[in-house]
Amino acid sequence: MQELLINLAIILAKITAALVFTIALMVPAMVYIERRLVAFFQQRLGPNRVGPFGILQPIADALKLILKEDITPKGVDKILYFLAPAIALFCACMNVAVIPFGPDLQIMGRTIPLSVANLNVGILYMLAISSLSVYGIVLAGWSSNSKFSFLGGLRSTSQMISYELAMGMSLIGLIMLSQSLNLSDVVNAQSKWPFIIPQFIGFIIFFICMVAETNRAPFDLPEAETELVGGFHTEYSSMKFAIFFMSEYANMVIMSCLISTLFLGGWRWPIADPVALFGPYIGVLVGMGQFVAKIFAFLFIYIWLRSTFPRFRYDQLMKFGWLVLLPLGILNVVVTGIVLTWFR
Amino acid sequence: MIKELLKGLFITQKHLWRKPTTIQYPEVKKVMPERLRGRHHLRRDEEGLELCIGCHMCAVVCPATAIYLEAEENTEQDRRSGGERYAKVYQIDYLRCIFCGFCVDACPTDALVMGQEYEMSSYQRKDFIYGKDILLDALNKKTDVKAYYHLNGDTDNSSPQKVNKEKPLEGSESK
Repeated sequence: MQELLINLAIILAKITAALVFTIALMVPAMVYIERRLVAFFQQRLGPNRVGPFGILQPIADALKLILKEDITPKGVDKILYFLAPAIALFCACMNVAVIPFGPDLQIMGRTIPLSVANLNVGILYMLAISSLSVYGIVLAGWSSNSKFSFLGGLRSTSQMISYELAMGMSLIGLIMLSQSLNLSDVVNAQSKWPFIIPQFIGFIIFFICMVAETNRAPFDLPEAETELVGGFHTEYSSMKFAIFFMSEYANMVIMSCLISTLFLGGWRWPIADPVALFGPYIGVLVGMGQFVAKIFAFLFIYIWLRSTFPRFRYDQLMKFGWLVLLPLGILNVVVTGIVLTWFR
Repeated sequence: MIKELLKGLFITQKHLWRKPTTIQYPEVKKVMPERLRGRHHLRRDEEGLELCIGCHMCAVVCPATAIYLEAEENTEQDRRSGGERYAKVYQIDYLRCIFCGFCVDACPTDALVMGQEYEMSSYQRKDFIYGKDILLDALNKKTDVKAYYHLNGDTDNSSPQKVNKEKPLEGSESK
């Protein structure tokens, strides 16, 4: 009984920690960092009034959004309209579950793996959940009863479906190398070399798809401000809008987590076994530090891309997904297979 | 294609390290050009007398009819300006003024000049009618204001033209 309770407490603590990390820590940090960095890229200063260096700006933004009037436009499908932002954020949060944040923590005679759920089908789970998150956007666009939102929803559906395929393809080569769908095993398989070296094409495809999946520039067609007045969230206001905003940033963080885990060795690279090197506690911290550093690197690249590239045209986007990325992914699978059968 | 993409990324990256061009306005103010046409000033001569002789030239030339003035004769007991008359009432309505500087160009005694002040916002419309109490330089203020806009482009302000008390307009005509 006591054992059960302790296990339950550990699980709850892990869930809380993971959610606090992504939603409460990384999302506001990302909001601030993005606004500041984009400003610097454009030789502006960005928000620097609230708190030292403007660090409290996300809090001010959140307060503002909470205090805004919550408008439900005429003719919306009420149930779906309310459900859509919830689905978006829910899917973003769900994906945190399978990410191994660091080496196993040895504490008080227990071994605690630092991932909420060490699933055997982690990669499949992650692909499935990120596919589900398209529902949030589609339903938002559909239920708003607005042509702009509807177009945004349509765009994101076709975009996400076409890039989902290439994303899956890019991972097959990696799975062939790691021989496992478990993300912890994937990380362990990278103790010597991160998979970015043997799977460079896969990495590039996954990276492009991840930018497209999170609807970020240059793939931000679903929320193209210039054409669609905000796209799927045109009709949303107040906290419901904020939830879409949060889910977008959470998705960015999670996709950065995933690509670091899958291709850059998660917490295992460049220091392969921090626990053996630094002891059980500092080693865990070092491992997590390596992981977080990679996440931030990818988040920086996200912002860098946003401040560099203009938006794709819709037909270019579809062509690129189906005629470039998907064949490239298949080629990658074939080449990896040939190399594995001949040289092993 | 990839080469071009990387080129673009490289270019934006260069901008990241440059100094932001933002001027944080209320704390840091831009250095304005010396001959900025800001708020008007009515200057005094070296003896502290008003240079304005109440000739109405500025009011006549003003395309926005922003200037209103009433002239009054100088008397021996109450000598305000070097000339025959002085401006008893001198008002500029800054809701009308377009800061064209015609009035300054027209002023025969260089009494009316434009200074550096440009922050003149207010909540009440009536606050925008500036009278002599604001426009007229204080007795000792002459040397404080560094730059003025006036016809001759003479920004050093060291020698405001002294008006001959007997023949007020002669000085400016000889220039």
